[in-house]
Amino acid sequence: MSGFRQYLVKRLILALVVVIGMSMITFFLARVAPSDPAALWVGLHARPEQVEKARIELGLDKPLYIQYFIYIRDLVSGSWGISYRTRRPVIEDIMNYLPASIELAVAGLLIASVVGIPLGVVAASKKDTKVDHACRTFGVLTLSTPSFWMGLTLQLIFARILGILPLQGRLSPDIAEMNPIQRITGFYLVDSLLTGNFVAFQDALLHIILPSITLAAYSTGLSLRMTRSTMIEVLRERYIVAAKAFGMPKNVIMFYYALKNAIIPTLTVLGISFAWTLTGVFLVEVVFNWPGLGTYTWRAILAVDYPVIVAVTVISTLIIVVTNLILDLIQAYLDPRVKL
Amino acid sequence: MRANKLALLSAACFVKVRSLLKDFEREGRFREIRLIVNTLMKNPLTLASIIILGALIFISVLAPWIALYPIYESNIGKKYKPPSLEHPFGTDHLGRDIFSRVVFGARSSLIAGITIVAISVAIGWPLGIVAGYRGGKIDTLIMRVTDMFLAFPSLVLALIIAFTLGPSLINSMIAVSVTWWPWYTRLARADTVSLRERAFIEASKAMGLTDLQIMLRHILPNTAAPIIVQATMDLGTAILLAAGLGFLGLGAQPPEPEWGLMVSEGRPVILSAWWVSVFPGLFIFITAAAFNLLGDGLREALDPRLRRVRGA
Repeated sequence: MSGFRQYLVKRLILALVVVIGMSMITFFLARVAPSDPAALWVGLHARPEQVEKARIELGLDKPLYIQYFIYIRDLVSGSWGISYRTRRPVIEDIMNYLPASIELAVAGLLIASVVGIPLGVVAASKKDTKVDHACRTFGVLTLSTPSFWMGLTLQLIFARILGILPLQGRLSPDIAEMNPIQRITGFYLVDSLLTGNFVAFQDALLHIILPSITLAAYSTGLSLRMTRSTMIEVLRERYIVAAKAFGMPKNVIMFYYALKNAIIPTLTVLGISFAWTLTGVFLVEVVFNWPGLGTYTWRAILAVDYPVIVAVTVISTLIIVVTNLILDLIQAYLDPRVKL
Repeated sequence: MRANKLALLSAACFVKVRSLLKDFEREGRFREIRLIVNTLMKNPLTLASIIILGALIFISVLAPWIALYPIYESNIGKKYKPPSLEHPFGTDHLGRDIFSRVVFGARSSLIAGITIVAISVAIGWPLGIVAGYRGGKIDTLIMRVTDMFLAFPSLVLALIIAFTLGPSLINSMIAVSVTWWPWYTRLARADTVSLRERAFIEASKAMGLTDLQIMLRHILPNTAAPIIVQATMDLGTAILLAAGLGFLGLGAQPPEPEWGLMVSEGRPVILSAWWVSVFPGLFIFITAAAFNLLGDGLREALDPRLRRVRGA
């Protein structure tokens, strides 16, 4: 176990270095941006003195390295500044938008694993047959679909032509008016169930279908491909041959013996793609007007609202670093061969 | 004078190529290449992807002759016309012919994809080889920097860079490349580490080759196959990312005929004038799928292990 502890310490130090490095890159990138933050803060019709005053108020007159230390201090203490665009504290905005993104990402990942992993197993067990080719082609096609275009096309088909699903947003305006969801966790599906608000639950569920399918496409292809290739490796192992020789049913061999060993790399890929999904949710959120972090950041970038940009980058980096850390630790725990 | 130099240069090139070909023949590489090409051609999907990519390259080279109308000239009287014989893909909000713009868009997408992958490979591959071959502190340093870039959410980093440099097609290509190279470093390093222990590398060392010579002559060619496969598949994803930035308004700017940007121009009218978004998006999809399928096929053809299993 001491080996594991050593690995844990090493891994934690690495994660810390990554976060610090990232915070520096973000900070300096945001400060060398071509537009003048002070001028943006005071607005279009401000006089030069006002801009100067804002520059001092925002601490933009100090040397860069001092600005960096101030920025780190504020970051750690949770005062993330005020959005230039919404004029609300950034942290408040983020807490409002983050649950919507997480809800969407979880739904997407759920669809991806429910579709991708079984298809990967089927493809591997029928390797080089028509079924395998069909599964692989499906995987490649989902990996190649531009999500923003897929979203628009789904909107066109299901909201316009068939008219069975809502076009965009998280909740219909009239439902939000008549049956508002009480905020407990910020996840609409969870909150509406907890409060027994089934009308809102149904509406929220209908709203999440199209965006989560759009979001799931890429991860589906990824998990299908990964499951297939690791399953093929595992199926070559001798214990599988032995199991076959003992006359075990094929399904038992596939799902009980083989998948168990093939699932670790697949979960790793899914974990990485979860982190990717959370941040890559941008395009899908923008298409579906989903009130999440993606839409919020996109607007912030177009408005050069850089307290928001910096905060979002730091948060998404943290999410990715923590996800990677957890995945690596699980792997190291399950497989003693893993070393740094 | 200049003509002389050119003639000398081409003669030198000719001699070099001839000697290379001889080397190839001696080492039985031709047979290997023929085997790879055969494997590629046997797979109908790979064949289809080669044909599609050939067609796309053909279209983008001959775009001025294939396009039916000028791509920048607006014609308000003809805006939002549905697909017809006159305008096969319809017209957009400025009355421009979408078919012609899609044809020209093939240029920016292919160039964007190839540039992104080329820059990433050019940075990542050598770094990976150096890290794997030298080991020790250099390895640790390179890999920690790589980890840092991998830990960064690529789309967010791309967004920030595009935002810092100002939105344009070229800046979006730079932005995506910056997030992309670490994958090649990892790939190249993993292969180099196992190659380093092989007898032929030891033999080259004993023969007095310098480290640089060993890396260039022996490690580089032997790590090429996985890099090529990965690069081909990444071309598809790179095109998707560049188009995504265009869609978000952080890539190519109007009035450029870039596919992602064209999809976003049709977004407000998707319910009434679907053709404005659907056709450019369809081409992004087809292009990305073709690169992915080709990459899949290449992997099968280049990986001797997979090939043997197929034969068995």
